[in-house]
Amino acid sequence: MHRLKKIFATDTYVVPIVAVIMGFLVGAVVMLIGGYDPIAAYSALFKRVFGSPYDFGEAIREMTPLMFTGLAVAFAFRSGMFNIGADGQVLIGMTAASIVGIKLAGTPTYLLVPLAVIAAGLAGGLWAGFAGFLKAKRGINEVITTIMLNWIALYLSNYIIKNFLLLQGQNRSVDNPASMSMTFLNSLFDNARVHWGTVLALVAAVFFYVYLWKTKQGYEMRAVGFNPHAAEYAGMNVGRNVIKAMFISGVFAGLAGAGEVLGVFHYQSIFAASPGYGFDGIAVALLGLTHPFGVILAAILYGMLTYGSAGMSFGADVPPELIRIVIGSIIFFIAAQGIVRWVLKPFYFKRKKEKVS
Amino acid sequence: MDLQTLGQLLNTTLVFSTALIFAALGGIFSERSGVVNIGLEGLMMFGAFAAAVGGYYAQDAGMGAWAPWVGMLCAMVVGVLGSLIHAVASITFKADQTISGTVINFLAAGSTLYMVKLLFEGAGESPLIDGFRKIKIPGLSDIPVIGEGIFNSYPTTYLVIVLVIVIYFILFKTPFGLRLRAVGEHPSAADTLGVNVKRMRYIGVMLSGLLAGLGGATITLTTTGTFAHNTISGQGFIAIAAMIFGKWNPVGAFGAAVFFGFSQAIRNYVQLFEWSQNIPQEFIFMIPYVLTIIVLVSAVGRSSAPKALGEPYDPGKR
Repeated sequence: MHRLKKIFATDTYVVPIVAVIMGFLVGAVVMLIGGYDPIAAYSALFKRVFGSPYDFGEAIREMTPLMFTGLAVAFAFRSGMFNIGADGQVLIGMTAASIVGIKLAGTPTYLLVPLAVIAAGLAGGLWAGFAGFLKAKRGINEVITTIMLNWIALYLSNYIIKNFLLLQGQNRSVDNPASMSMTFLNSLFDNARVHWGTVLALVAAVFFYVYLWKTKQGYEMRAVGFNPHAAEYAGMNVGRNVIKAMFISGVFAGLAGAGEVLGVFHYQSIFAASPGYGFDGIAVALLGLTHPFGVILAAILYGMLTYGSAGMSFGADVPPELIRIVIGSIIFFIAAQGIVRWVLKPFYFKRKKEKVS
Repeated sequence: MDLQTLGQLLNTTLVFSTALIFAALGGIFSERSGVVNIGLEGLMMFGAFAAAVGGYYAQDAGMGAWAPWVGMLCAMVVGVLGSLIHAVASITFKADQTISGTVINFLAAGSTLYMVKLLFEGAGESPLIDGFRKIKIPGLSDIPVIGEGIFNSYPTTYLVIVLVIVIYFILFKTPFGLRLRAVGEHPSAADTLGVNVKRMRYIGVMLSGLLAGLGGATITLTTTGTFAHNTISGQGFIAIAAMIFGKWNPVGAFGAAVFFGFSQAIRNYVQLFEWSQNIPQEFIFMIPYVLTIIVLVSAVGRSSAPKALGEPYDPGKR
């Protein structure tokens, strides 16, 4: 009981919850200013997510790549780096999954699917690892290299699809025979596109946690992220840790690509512009306070809000863009915890004072 | 490829570069004062939106050729207001600067489109406006290549070139610039000497909002004529790259931004070369980004960010 009390007393848990509530309030105020009914809009949002088994399954589908890219950005963050390039790593992962799935068609499924997934993870990892390598060996800011690599990934992927995997006359690749879909759940979710990627994302989160907090290598990585000079002085190889951290971060992003191609679409489109998975991942990582389990919760919230926002525009005629204001405000209140503490002060810090006396 | 085409290519390059230069200059002010500004993308969005809406109403009111200037003014105001969110969170409440910059990007993407739909009865983009016209400078515009390339440009391009020089002087030759840089390099030393660290940082961030707003405005008033969800697609991030590439120096950032602008412009002209016919267009699109990495690896090397970049200033900390 004492321990339970302690968990709920820490502001690590209270601040994000209050921030979420305040974010929804900001959204409500913005809707009132625009002349909309916030209660109708929010209930339409939740009705859209929980209204039918199909929609619920599709909402899970929406959350999955966010879990992966959120983990990718958070992992790099923990090691002291800012990976803006998750977007490109997702694309490269998609392309690798497409190449392996389509070119090795005919291989038994129990081999083909794992091969395609591994290829996607490796490709994403190497793509991000390259940025880590440039940082470690030449001291080049990873922000600029990952932005550049995003664009290169976009054009390279399009080139590969267009020239080697194209479905004639269409703007996409031929169908990919490797499938991660959970077809046995079709009747439960009314044919929503749920797939094994979701399970893989949860496994990745556990790996993230165990690796960073329970192994020696993870300890080194966090030390490098916390203070590279101290880590170097203690005899750790900073450069190697930087490359390794970026590689693992890229693997997470690459797996998101595998999930989208093998689990959801079963083909790869030619994108005119960046699909944006990586930028959403930044938001998810920050919402989740860069902790793996926080990231999963944040991805669930984020996925629910974005999927539900379409319901808002049908149900209450509110522009779905509003949800970006809500998400932005939530992140704002989490980042500027001073504001939340100030709001909570009358209820919260009084209690703490009593404890002291 | 004749001389006239070369002049046109130079001209298009400057059109694309102008917005990037504005935003990169804004980034320099913020980051030189020690505040990371990943929110340039969002600030450009605010500016592009304000210019489109302000310009539309000014044009509607019959202001004619002055309408785009009203748009520019609106963009500056809205850009500064947007950057205040970043400043309050990261300077006053000591929030992580990367996070509050990301917040700007989200709020901008959400609120601008929300307001466009509110103002224009659910339309996905603002109504088309005239925007700026190119101005020929008499005499100079008759010089071959450069005349067509530089001296027949939009007013925004002339403005930004002047600004690069002015901002260079402000940063490196005035007491204000020295203080701004001191706050970004070693805030506690600057504080000891009587510089108000928080105020300098507020000024840095607000100037970045103003300039990035102008950058966004440039895109609506010279290129697209409307504001839609894809008006600013990644330009702010390219501006960040230009700023880092240019080593946080206005002249360097100018060079880098022109390089990125050139790479956007060359797409329209590349089919004119004999040798380029056989190269897949994707590889031509890739060139600037690959070149940037190569240049960084071989020539520029370790980039020298302001020392206190990203650290909230805490006077009690040693």
